[in-house]
Amino acid sequence: MNPSRSGYVGLLYAAPALLFVAVFVLYPLAQLFVTSLTNSSLLGGGEFIGWRNYLRAYRDATFWQALVFTCKYTLIITPILMILGYGLALLTLSANRLGKLTRAVVFLPVVIGLGSSSFLWFWLFDEQVGLVNKLLQDVHLIAHPIVWFVDANLGLAAVIASIVWKVVGFGMILFIAALQAIDAEVNEAALIDGASYWRRILHIALPLTSRAILLTTLVSAIGSMLAFDQFYVMTAGGPESQTFTSLYWIYQNSFIYFKLGYGATLSVILMAIILSGSTLQLLLMRRGRGT
Amino acid sequence: MSALVDLGPNASAAATPRRRPHPAARVSPLLGALCVGVIAIMLFPLLMCFSASIKTAQEASAVPPHYWPAALSVENYLKVFRYQAGLPVYLANSFAVAALTIALCVGLGTPAAYGLARFPVPAKELVFLVLLSGLMIPYQALLTPLYIMAASLGLANTYLGLAIVHTVVQLPFSIYLLRNSFEETPRELEEAGIVDGCNSVQLLRWIFLPAAAPALITVTLFAFITSWNEFLAALIFMNKETAFTVPIMLVGVRQGHFGAVDWGALQAGVIVSILPCLAIYLLLQRYYVSGFLSGAIK
Repeated sequence: MNPSRSGYVGLLYAAPALLFVAVFVLYPLAQLFVTSLTNSSLLGGGEFIGWRNYLRAYRDATFWQALVFTCKYTLIITPILMILGYGLALLTLSANRLGKLTRAVVFLPVVIGLGSSSFLWFWLFDEQVGLVNKLLQDVHLIAHPIVWFVDANLGLAAVIASIVWKVVGFGMILFIAALQAIDAEVNEAALIDGASYWRRILHIALPLTSRAILLTTLVSAIGSMLAFDQFYVMTAGGPESQTFTSLYWIYQNSFIYFKLGYGATLSVILMAIILSGSTLQLLLMRRGRGT
Repeated sequence: MSALVDLGPNASAAATPRRRPHPAARVSPLLGALCVGVIAIMLFPLLMCFSASIKTAQEASAVPPHYWPAALSVENYLKVFRYQAGLPVYLANSFAVAALTIALCVGLGTPAAYGLARFPVPAKELVFLVLLSGLMIPYQALLTPLYIMAASLGLANTYLGLAIVHTVVQLPFSIYLLRNSFEETPRELEEAGIVDGCNSVQLLRWIFLPAAAPALITVTLFAFITSWNEFLAALIFMNKETAFTVPIMLVGVRQGHFGAVDWGALQAGVIVSILPCLAIYLLLQRYYVSGFLSGAIK
């Protein structure tokens, strides 16, 4: 090894990035905790009020409602995304041209902005000019146009449809990669034993891709717990604050009501929830790298 | 669309003719029909969006709506072009923030990844973990303190202010990907450079950067797409009409002037906002998909 290549030279190379992270990640993180103990306002001012914001969060019915709603959204959409993603992975796994084309088309919306796709679906689900109602009427599934965004459950259904369209390709691609990594010999042995297609899926593909399934589920669930764009654009939290997500309620407090201190408190709480998920993810990833 | 074929280590095996069928590989008319159905469902929203954008403004707001335009018009695009400060301003804002994000991610990420990959840095994994802390901490939670900081530094409504937030989001992935790439560079290449008398900066410039070109392209692509599409930070940091990025412009386009939504203009705006991403996807799919795989799972 070159004598000049000491560890401190390496550290010097890493210094600018370390400085950036210190100033724009770690310092704001500390600042977040400090702000969460004050009644700071976006308009200025603010003094130390101890744990009062946390007590207030505990009694904030809208916050709890938003947290429950976010969990509900996550619990509904995650299985849909995983099952559809896995199904699409199996469907397009064969390397024929139609399969490849399907893969490319399903993955296409992943690259589009969530804001843009939400504006697209907000239009599609509009009760008057939207094509979802028109399509449903044309195939005689409904007789009259549905007013999607006046009902929390219908609004949620519309958002879920839009997000499934937008991100189902994410899981699909990861599952395809995991399925392709399965040793071909394992399958050949099963084929020789006369195992049927579905038995091979159930007893070979699913167990051998379980780590990928778990990781993708975690990544997807963490993303859903941080949902904002789609609800901001499509339901605007309505009707009657019923479709506020946790992050949306934080945004609302910090930047619409100017209550920065309280917004910081809610951010700390949300972050603690997310951190438990991402710690699990990191542990899984590190364990995977070691084997 | 070649990239989606080459997904994993088995991709090369797929090219050899004697390869046995994959466990899940099965071709039947039913599966073919399913594929066609899936393609139709996935393309329907995009096709309809484009169709609405080239209708006349009146037809785009017709009740009940039509699938296809009766008459073609660029009216909606002209409206978006002339919206408030003008589309060129919003496009320039988005491109400028994205360019700064790319510069920060590459400029900070490359030396950091190089240092970690090729030097015996003390407490290396700890340093790496600190650099990757942005992966664990959701940037959304940091927006309040970051906004206060930006405001006090005079960075609210500036390209740099928003680009810093987008770099917070994207830097960990950049370092992760580049470090892997630098670690995979063969030692022989490096030694050849050392024999030629290169110092560590010259080694980076002439040996490692060329070898890591694919990773650099992927890092650039992801930084661009993340920055171009990011919504929440842009909504908070860019609250001045002339500073809006394209996604935030859409919020304004929808609100319209008199409360009624201008549907045609909104869909024209959506098309404009997704075109750069679409172009990248179609032209540089290989880098995009490979970045996705290495970032998300490995």
